[in-house]
Amino acid sequence: MTATTINQTHDLSQAQLQAAFYDLDEHDHPEGGSTMLGFWMYLMSDCLIFAMLFAAYGVLGGSLAAGPGPKDLFELPLVALNTAMLLFSSITYGFAMLAMEKGSKGATQIWLLVTAVFGIAFLSIELYEFYHLIHEGATPMRSGFLTAFFSLVGTHGLHVTFGLVWLFTLVVQVGRKGLIPANKRRLMCLSLFWHFLDVIWIGVFTFVYLMGML
Amino acid sequence: MHLPESRLNPPGRRSGPSRLLNLRALSALALAGSLAACNTVVLDPAGDVARQQGDLVIISTLLMLLIVIPVMAAVVIFAWRYRASNKDAKYEPDWDHSTQLELLIWTAPLLIIICLGAVTWTSTHLLDPYRTVGRIDGETPIAVNAKPLEVEVVALDWKWLFIYPEQGIATVNELVVPTGRPLQFKITSSSVMNSFYVPAMAGQIYAMPGMETRLHAVMNRTGKFEGFSANYSGAGFSNMRFAAHSVSDADFAKWVGQVKATPMQPGPAGQPADDPLPEGQSAKPVGGNLDRAAYLALEKPSEKVQVIRYASVAPDLYDAIVDMCVEPGKMCSSEMMAIDARGGLGKAGIRNVSMLAYDKNGRQAGSEATANPNDAVRKELAWVRALCRQIPGAAPDGTVKAPTDLRSLNGAGLAAPQSIGLGDREARAPAGDPKPAHVSLNSRN
Amino acid sequence: MGRLWLDALPQEPIVLATFVVVALGGVALVAALTYFKLWGYLWKEWFTSVDHKKIGIMYMVLGLVMFLRGFADAVMMRIQQSMAFNGNEGYLNAHHYDQIFTAHGVIMIFFVAMPFVTGLMNYIVPLQIGARDVSFPFLNNFSFWMTTAGAVLVMMSLFIGEFAQTGWLAYPPLSNLAYSPWVGVDYYIWSLQIAGVGTLLSGVNLIATIVKMRAPGMTMMRMPIFTWTSLCTNILIVAAFPVLTAVMTMLSVDRYLGFNFFSNDFGGSPMMYVNLIWIWGHPEVYILILPLFGVFSEVTATFCGKRLFGYSSMVYATLVITILSYLVWLHHFFTMGSGASVNSFFGITTMVISIPTGAKLFNWLFTMYRARIRYELPMMWTVAFMLTFTIGGMTGVLLAVPPADFVLHNSLFLIAHFHNVIIGGVLFGIFAAINYWWPKAFGFKLNQFWGKVSFWLWVPGFWVAFTPLYILGFMGVTRRMRVFDDPSIQIWFVIAAFGALMIAGGIGAMLVQFAVSIWKREELKDETGDPWHGRTLEWATSSPPPEYNFAFTPIVHDIDAWDDMKRCAVERPTSGYRPIHMPKGTGTGIILAGLSIALGFAMIWYIWWLAAVSFAGIIGYAIFHTFNYKRDYHIPVETVEATEAARTRQLAAAGA
Repeated sequence: MTATTINQTHDLSQAQLQAAFYDLDEHDHPEGGSTMLGFWMYLMSDCLIFAMLFAAYGVLGGSLAAGPGPKDLFELPLVALNTAMLLFSSITYGFAMLAMEKGSKGATQIWLLVTAVFGIAFLSIELYEFYHLIHEGATPMRSGFLTAFFSLVGTHGLHVTFGLVWLFTLVVQVGRKGLIPANKRRLMCLSLFWHFLDVIWIGVFTFVYLMGML
Repeated sequence: MHLPESRLNPPGRRSGPSRLLNLRALSALALAGSLAACNTVVLDPAGDVARQQGDLVIISTLLMLLIVIPVMAAVVIFAWRYRASNKDAKYEPDWDHSTQLELLIWTAPLLIIICLGAVTWTSTHLLDPYRTVGRIDGETPIAVNAKPLEVEVVALDWKWLFIYPEQGIATVNELVVPTGRPLQFKITSSSVMNSFYVPAMAGQIYAMPGMETRLHAVMNRTGKFEGFSANYSGAGFSNMRFAAHSVSDADFAKWVGQVKATPMQPGPAGQPADDPLPEGQSAKPVGGNLDRAAYLALEKPSEKVQVIRYASVAPDLYDAIVDMCVEPGKMCSSEMMAIDARGGLGKAGIRNVSMLAYDKNGRQAGSEATANPNDAVRKELAWVRALCRQIPGAAPDGTVKAPTDLRSLNGAGLAAPQSIGLGDREARAPAGDPKPAHVSLNSRN
Repeated sequence: MGRLWLDALPQEPIVLATFVVVALGGVALVAALTYFKLWGYLWKEWFTSVDHKKIGIMYMVLGLVMFLRGFADAVMMRIQQSMAFNGNEGYLNAHHYDQIFTAHGVIMIFFVAMPFVTGLMNYIVPLQIGARDVSFPFLNNFSFWMTTAGAVLVMMSLFIGEFAQTGWLAYPPLSNLAYSPWVGVDYYIWSLQIAGVGTLLSGVNLIATIVKMRAPGMTMMRMPIFTWTSLCTNILIVAAFPVLTAVMTMLSVDRYLGFNFFSNDFGGSPMMYVNLIWIWGHPEVYILILPLFGVFSEVTATFCGKRLFGYSSMVYATLVITILSYLVWLHHFFTMGSGASVNSFFGITTMVISIPTGAKLFNWLFTMYRARIRYELPMMWTVAFMLTFTIGGMTGVLLAVPPADFVLHNSLFLIAHFHNVIIGGVLFGIFAAINYWWPKAFGFKLNQFWGKVSFWLWVPGFWVAFTPLYILGFMGVTRRMRVFDDPSIQIWFVIAAFGALMIAGGIGAMLVQFAVSIWKREELKDETGDPWHGRTLEWATSSPPPEYNFAFTPIVHDIDAWDDMKRCAVERPTSGYRPIHMPKGTGTGIILAGLSIALGFAMIWYIWWLAAVSFAGIIGYAIFHTFNYKRDYHIPVETVEATEAARTRQLAAAGA
């Protein structure tokens, strides 16, 4: 039943009408109410960028240009170690979030720093792998396969780097302002981002490394 | 350039094509009176394939006009009748829903699209450029043992090279084909994407470097027609035109003889793009043997190139162009793909980049550097070739064979779409193909 | 300085003359702004503002300025093509002409149509859903400045170096370093990348706004159609623009680092670029047209004095178009050699889109049925759209039939088709929207006489300019040609050039219309805030709306909420105001965009030190910005009371 018909049948007074049509007792909207939704949408759009890179890897992955292929280049133990570093970092970020829920500022910061250590370890191993490959001559310029490989893994690595910069910023901000709602929201966003990178890495590990080696 | 219709349709015979011709006449009125007066080659072409495509343009347009005309008329009528100043017209401000009307506005376009979709499905398969032509024109089915004339087309910067493998000749910017004989074009490009288009003959198809596309057509009347690139390809694009001559069998044989008799003297191949010769200076065709060296000279960018005729042509030149290995010291892309399909050359092959570089380091940058490959490269190439010879295999032929039965070609009695579509595609590239790498040589996907 | 040297300055006389004129104009503008001491005002009230209404207006201004540039390119092409026959080379060489058609396409899509559409959504959507601003006001300001930064880079390419000579989608291998060695394609890449950041963020922002900030009672199926189409457009933006970002990144690593995504050799695949760019490119055209479908729906319902016919079928049609727009990309290259089954699949999905689009057209048609149509300018544009767009849709379906496409692909028929839908749909819609919502934005209507002059020059001008192109398409004439052989077709190009001249008149008349209306704004004043008897919430507030849009958030009970309120004769509450919580302005957006221009410019010209410095600047300033936690304030209740009291007096004076 529409308001028009309500009015016609009940003949409301103007005050009643105003109360029906205007929010006369409005309170401030909680700040950042859309942040998680907005950040989630950003992550989905980022996911599409990775989807494009995966697609490019799917198309170019077999274009070795008479050069080396995955089996000649990848070292699974190293990559497994690398994967472990990233997965550990996700767990420790989870502990940071638990500490945040408890309201423990110091513990949050410590767990964040532990996450950063694992993240840096991940990046270092990746950079070592890249250095090793390039040193051998397996540069991204060598073939379509290597182009797609370096781009996909490198883009993920750049995201981790960006995540680390963000993480250190948040450690400082939590230190300065404490666990205020704004900072909690930021920690939540970074948490989403960090776990998202984990999920992407599992895709990379499976499609690029495992399927390339098996 | 109107063709007397009686040539294609003897009086007294009412066949499918003649109905189409009537449709065309009708649509000339329906589309625009002026259209028929100009030289609308797309709607009145000289080749049977283009003719069917032009007919399809008209059929689709008429089908859509069935709904477009009433809608536009209704817009005008409603806009006029329900103007605010017309107080006689009914006014129903709360009328905003009618199930019957909603049903109509969704189903009416749907019905049209179902018809058009059916037309699309059949015509796309029948007029697939990869499909051999099944008829010479509406009346004449193709002879069972007819062999199409093969022409290999290479889009160069910015001119067209036509190689006639059967005749062993080649031309630049001049395409001569016999009227009434099926034609098979194999098309590639040396550097960037172009589109091979002779509007009077058949629709266009892209020419892409390192890949081969196909086009099948037939010419139904003699004459001189225009051909050009229909995809922008750089500074010289506007002048990338050629004349397409459709001639009688006798004239074609005579022309081939003339080309073959062109003196074997190497001449300037085209004009460099940055230094165009004054007009007329290079008007005389220069002939010679189109071998790999002559091709590499010809390939260099040049504009407004006059017709060049080559009395002979290296037999493997076209394949080498598609394979991007005309230059000495280059690995062919088919070899590269065969190696890739076997998992590459491993770390041993990591530094053999010079034999793979085609244009990455700049247009023509590699040609001087590797014109005389050193011993190491030569040895490695020989090794690669030997490796590839162990499992020889040519790229599968992407051609779809047309059925010779005319009935199905008209769309009538076409049994089921998969009989000409998916089934063929699978048959062409069987799952167990030992050389899957070659499939990607063709641009078909 | 990388590869930037004196030879980058314009050498061709035409460009040099333009450069001088633009430079003088720029100096005059800066001098005038300084003389009238307007810099502070602009900075405080506009550039750093996070008010969605001001940002919306700035988007429209950006679109208009770039429209004049893009149209100048169009006129230059029409003149060149109407004279270059019989060995006449025309007045443009290939280097210049090829930049012009590339720039025309890029500018019209990215820096005219997109800012217009984004500007409209920015201005209207929060008002229509009864919100006070968007979800992320700072991001909104940042998005605008990033779009502008992209436009600035494109404009710089006119005078410093060159623009791409590749066509507006820059297909490799032509756009690879081997075939486009200088800065043109790099300008293209960086301006699109920078503007793309803005577009993507504004898409996220508007989705969050529509999902989270609707007035109480406004369920999804009570949203105004314009808000619905905006929602779908922004979903398309978020789902399509990352693809463009990824493809442009791949192209740039190919060019900068020698990667092999799209190279001819080393196993690259140029065909992959064509596929990927159209996976973005086709949704893009629906990103452009959908909001305008919304505009036409609002305008038709308002000026017919009727509820829109078939609201729910309109919504479902929009959703169907949104989804289908991802399933048709291959129809842009039937001629690349896909199999017949693949081609027919994409041909048929393309045709299927015409069903919901047709349903929309019928809905507008039946809204006009038994209506009282007032022919104000917005409604005139709408009727012109319905007639023009139908033809454009028909030629589009024709091009979706693969064998027909083989003969018409890349021809002038195609050019005529997409101008038919983009001008007849997007641009006519923008004009309808400008005429419709101008009174809301500025408090006075637009002059009708000059509006009609513009209309009657534009609509016939469009047909005179593009019918010859349809005909030339049937004559087998292809696009992007600089010179022609066959003199018999010259007449058609002359007619088309004349059409372009009429359109130029239409644009001129529109500028006069704006000027005259601003001059006589007192006569054209709208006191009521509801000059057209509107139906949706933006008409419930004053014109122009106060900073906070609504003193009390309206509660929605029906589609066409404002019409519902008027029928119930609800009076505006005039007491009991509260302080209103609002976001504060910030200069971060413009500073980050400025640094992005520096970064883009440095990358284009290989000035690595500047690139490093500006990149570090962007990261550093962004982090610095996050340390500012005080981003909002309250509008004191006295200010609200004073504003609303003024509004009450205004309404009383208007006799409402």
